[in-house]
Formats: sequence, structure tokens, C-alpha cells
Amino acid sequence: MKQEFTISLFTEDHIGILNQITIILTRRQINIESITASESAVKGVFLLTLVVKTTNEMVQKVARQMEKLVDVLKVFVHSSEHIIYQELALFKVTTKGLMSGNIIDHVVRAHNARILEVSPEYIVLEKTGHKTEINELLAQLEPFGVLQFARSGRVAITKQVKELNSYLKEMDEANRVRPETQQILN
Amino acid sequence: MKTDKEEVTEKELPRVQVNGIECITGADALLRSLIEEGVDTIFGYPGGAIMPTYDKLIDYEDKLTHILTRHEQGAAHAAQAYAMVTGRPGICFATSGPGATNLVTGIANAFLDSIPVVFITAQVTSTLIGSDAFQETDIIGVSMPVTKWNCQVKKSQDIPETIAKAFYIAKSGRPGPVLVDITKDAQIEKVNFKYRKCDYIRSYNPHIPLHTKAIESAAIMINHAERPLILAGHGVLISGAEKELQAFAEKTGIPVASTLLGLSAFPSAHRLYTGMLGMHGNYGPNVLTNQADLIIAIGMRFDDRVTGNLKKYAKQATIIHIEIDEAEINKNVSVDVEINNDAKEVLSYLIPLVKEKSYEKWIREFRICDKAEYEKVIIPETKPEKGEIRMGEVVNLVSELTRGDAIIITDVGQNQMYAARYYKFTQPNCWVTSGGMGTMGFGLPAGIGAQIALPKKTVVAFLGDGGFQMTVQELGTILQYKVPLKIIILNNNYLGMVRQWQEMFHDKNYASTELVNPDFVMIAKAYGIASRNITKRDDLKDSLIEMLESEGPYLLDITVEKQGNVFPMVEPGSSVSEIRLSY
Repeated sequence: MKQEFTISLFTEDHIGILNQITIILTRRQINIESITASESAVKGVFLLTLVVKTTNEMVQKVARQMEKLVDVLKVFVHSSEHIIYQELALFKVTTKGLMSGNIIDHVVRAHNARILEVSPEYIVLEKTGHKTEINELLAQLEPFGVLQFARSGRVAITKQVKELNSYLKEMDEANRVRPETQQILN
Repeated sequence: MKTDKEEVTEKELPRVQVNGIECITGADALLRSLIEEGVDTIFGYPGGAIMPTYDKLIDYEDKLTHILTRHEQGAAHAAQAYAMVTGRPGICFATSGPGATNLVTGIANAFLDSIPVVFITAQVTSTLIGSDAFQETDIIGVSMPVTKWNCQVKKSQDIPETIAKAFYIAKSGRPGPVLVDITKDAQIEKVNFKYRKCDYIRSYNPHIPLHTKAIESAAIMINHAERPLILAGHGVLISGAEKELQAFAEKTGIPVASTLLGLSAFPSAHRLYTGMLGMHGNYGPNVLTNQADLIIAIGMRFDDRVTGNLKKYAKQATIIHIEIDEAEINKNVSVDVEINNDAKEVLSYLIPLVKEKSYEKWIREFRICDKAEYEKVIIPETKPEKGEIRMGEVVNLVSELTRGDAIIITDVGQNQMYAARYYKFTQPNCWVTSGGMGTMGFGLPAGIGAQIALPKKTVVAFLGDGGFQMTVQELGTILQYKVPLKIIILNNNYLGMVRQWQEMFHDKNYASTELVNPDFVMIAKAYGIASRNITKRDDLKDSLIEMLESEGPYLLDITVEKQGNVFPMVEPGSSVSEIRLSY
């Protein structure tokens, strides 16, 4: 059965790494629902967060193929209950429409949205939350004339206690060259 | 015409700097880096963008031999075969654009068969990249899905470190091809050269700590098994675990079957050897895969040609999978015990934990299958008394005449399956074939690469008349370098394997499989290669002896049965236990 998974990839800053990752998903006919990339808490290590819909069996296979890539440090696969995640959306709504509805106060409070800019023509609102929450706000705003709507990819933090740094340390210890492997290499 | 050389402003630096660090060109740095890695042979083809590097080759001719093939694909296959018989990475040079794209089949071939080859391609001058310049191709993008790793170098100072990294990645862990794309200006610019081998990359961990717990559980299962079977793959040869495999099999008494690329890892004549797995493998190991209670898969990846229909593959068996590439575990077949480690390390740890046993009754079942196969297939194929010459009898005779001690190269198709089935291997790493890719045209250049690596060995290439003509131009390489390769064309005037499938599965609709061939003897003669055509069985043995005893290259064109079929066969979609001896 297909379900939603969040794949967190920690990678080195190597040009083309995103291409290598999407090649793996493309071969397996898996669509990327959303994607974000940024530097992680560890300097020089990048975090890519992908949301995909596939089976558990398949996501495990592609995760192993991703981790095999030379420039990928570590891959984690999470179902929604194991992560804390947010998406961000911006809405540009006509001032006239929103004012005439007299709902602005309700919208901002009930959805915990923020007003970023107000002009005579438009108001820009910001909302962070899960996709469903953003969709609810969008549905509520639509009758008043949404001029633009933009949604970010997912960003996620894991609930697990073990952090990337300890994985890096373990990998480091395993791969610092031992005398016997040095022999094999020569 | 303006050359790229004029566009590059060479920094006027003294040739030798302090602290023993030399200031040399990027091209020098590349060649010096290769020498530091122990390279002595390069297969390649020059062109515009790689000219600065070729320009410097002559300065290193005492250390580096360059073999000019007749096509970049030939260079790629030759480099792969060189790696397969020596265990050291093969090196291949090509220029930008078409030179680089011509490598792609060879790169993909090496990728699927886990062969360490370092491909060096040249790229247009860095300022022109992205502008659709003359002979510019995004070879990084093109080769990304078929390389273990690739990297573009635009600055000469990055050359030594990138080459060091490339070698480390190519040969460690599960080996594979890597590609380094070097711009023309980076080859010309000066660099302060200092070489340091790479032995660590943070994001890449080929040295996995031994999973001792998993190995201990495996030992318990092995000690309690009643009908165990070892499936030995290419990983056994790559990790150099042939002796450990033999010791493990002999101690436990467990029969051994081999994959196509695992051939030669275990002696063909050993009492515990049961033959080859897969579509055209032996009868016993295929049928009895589905009766084993325990399967110990070592360094193999359950390719679809091995497993047949996955839904009916070894469902009754507990499976232990020893495999260095974690992504291969549970990919095609779900296994019970994962041992994600190097085969040699695992077997060394495992051997003391297993009990001495023997499985005479179980092995007898293999012998019963062998007998059926022997009578129905092997005897008619290798000892026919009448009719045209058969491919099997040619391979069988070569096996006898070389006492299983030659390096055997094949192309792809029926010639390959017959060679795999009837050559009796006595030594490891004497088998070079295109497994995962099934690349027609592989055999001739691969034979050249293997023979150049081992000039004193008898190297015999079994080719079909189809595959031979895909890379026939490499006869020029044989001529130029006097490569004493022995070429056998098993000539049936057909693309035999495709014809067999047409006969069996496409209502004998022989669409585009019959070949009108030229006179191969005359072609060989044009290249100065001794040659003969054989059509009669009576001439076969003598002509093979003549070929094997000849000093130089030899091409033997053997007219074989036109419509021969390879059996046994696991038909596509069938279970391995439904393998057929005839149809």
C-alpha cells in the first residue's frame, strides 16, 4: 500500500547530488511531492528533505540506493508520526475582498496566520503548518480572491535522539584506515 | 585557427619549487598521478580537447604504455578486461563530445559488472562549458546513472586529489567505473604537484565493521541445515575469497553453484561443484534451488537471469545473503539473514563456527540431475558424431587442449553461454564476459585488453559472427600492437540467441536475424592476422591445435550448425525448477 514518507538525506556539498538522487526515484517511477534543500546544523553538510508517496518496501530500497551514493552521508526514512514537520505558504489576497468579508480578524486568529504586508490593493498572509491546514486556509480565502498562492516544500526534524553528528563519528571510526585495509588498498 | 592554448594565460612559474613540490602542467599532473597509482597501461583515443594530455604522454613512455584502439568503446571494454584479469583498475582516455559518449556502453557494462575502471575524458575549455561549444557534451550528466562516481575538474590544482579519490572509489567496496572529466585549460595550466593517495572519504564507507552477530546466527542455521546450497557470485572473485569459499564448502560439505560472473571462483572439477545457475545454467542447481532448505548467497545479486520468476524462487528456503553492497540486499529476493560485509572477511570469520558435515544424499540428487543433463544435452552437444560442427564441441575441445588454463573471453549470446557451460575452469579470474549488460561487441576488445595485461598467457576469445562485426575494427589494434589473441568465431550466420528466441517464442518469425557475412578469413588477412575457416569436424581439432600453438594472433572462423539452440533453458517467466532440457 502506498503511503507518504519523508526522506531526509544528509549530503556533502557536491554539484549534481540532487540529480543523482532524482535519477534513482525516476527509475522507480516515484514522484517527488515536495523537496527542500539547505545546509544542516553541521557545517558543510546539506540536508535534503523529500516527500514521496510509495510503498514501505520500495522506499527502503530507494533509500539504500541513495545511501550508496558516494557523496551521501546518511539517509533516514520517516513516516509522518516519527517527525515534526512544517510547510510554509504565502497568500496574496485582494484587500477589497478580504475587507468586505470582514473576516480578516477571524482568519488571522483562527489559522494562526501572519500579515506580512498590507497595501490598498492586496494583503499578504503567511501561514505555516501541515499541508491540510494550509489547504483549509486556502479554501477559506478563495471566495475573496486569491491573487497568488505559493507553498514551500516540507522541512522536518526527527523525533529520534541520535543526531547526525554521532552517525558521522561512527562512520569516521569505521572508515579511518585500519592497517589491514591499507594493505588491500595498496 | 585560434587554439585553446592561446586563450589560456599560463602562469610563468619556476619548474621546481621549494620543498620538493614541482610546478608542472595539469596534463603532467594527470599522468604523474596515474603513475603514482601504479598504472602502466592506458587504453584510449585522442581528440581535440585531450590533446594537451596526449602531448605529454611521450615524456612518460618508459612508464606508461598507451594502446590506441580503433573506437572509444573498444578502449572501454579493453580497459575493463584488463581490470578483470589483473585485479587492478583499468584506465581509459577519451576526448570530449563524441569521444566521451562513445565510452558510455563500456562504462555501463563495467558498472553492471562491478569492474573498477577509471575513465578520463577531456572537456572543452572551462569558459566554453554550457555554451554548446564544438565537441561539448555534458558527459557528467550523461554518465551519472552508469558510474559509481564522477567529477568534473576545471582547475589544474584539483587534478591530483580528484584522481586519488577516483582510484579509491573505483576499487574499494563494491568496485565500479568512475569518470573524471578534465577541461582543456586545466590540462594546460600549471599546478604545484604533490600526490597523496586517498584512503578516506567522509561520506563513503566501504569498510563496514563485521556483522559478527549475523554471521553467528548464520553459522547456527548452516549447522542445522539438511539441504543447504551455496550460490557463489562475482563478489567471491572481487574480494579474493576463492580459497575461503573452497575451505568453507569442504568443511561443511555444502554443494556450490555459481553465477555467470562467479565462474572460475570455484574449480569446475571439484566434487562439490554443481554448475552454473540461471537461464542457461545447469539442470541440477536450477531445479534444486527450489528444494534447498538453506541458501547461502555469497557476493551475488539475485539477477533476474539467475532467479527466473521471483514469485516462484526459493520460497521454501531460508536465505543468508553475504553482500558488500547493502542496496542489493532485499532488492530482488527477501532474505532472512543479511550480512552486509566483504565475502572474504565473512567467510574467514564463519569457517571456524561451522561444523564438519557431509550431505551425500543431497548431493546425490544433483548427480541424478547431472546425469539427465549429460545424456540429453551435454553428450549430443560436445560429442556429436554427425551433422555440422556444434558450438559446445568447440568449447569442449578448447577446454581440453588448454587444460582449463587459458583466459577465456566471450562475446554475448549463444557463444557466451556455450563457453560458460563447457569450459572447465581451473584458475580464478580467467573468465571475462559481459554479464549484466550483455553487450554485443564486447568480446574482441576485451580479448585485446586481457591479452595486453597478460602477454604470456593463452587468451581465447569466443565470438559470434554478429558480435564480432560490432567491434571488428579492433583487428587494427591487434595488428598495430601484435596482440597474440586467439579469436574463434562460432559462425552460424545468425544472431543465434535472438534466433533461438524467435524459434521458441515468436513462431519462428526470423525477423532480421540472418546475417550475410563477408569472408572473415580475408578480413583477418587484410589485418595481417593468420586465419582459417573450418567447416568439417575432421579438421576441427587440428586447426584448434594449430591456432593455440601459433605465436601471433590467429582468427579461426568455424562454421557451426546454423540453427543450434542452447539448452537447458529457464524460459522467461518460468520458475528455475521448470528448467527445460529440450523443447
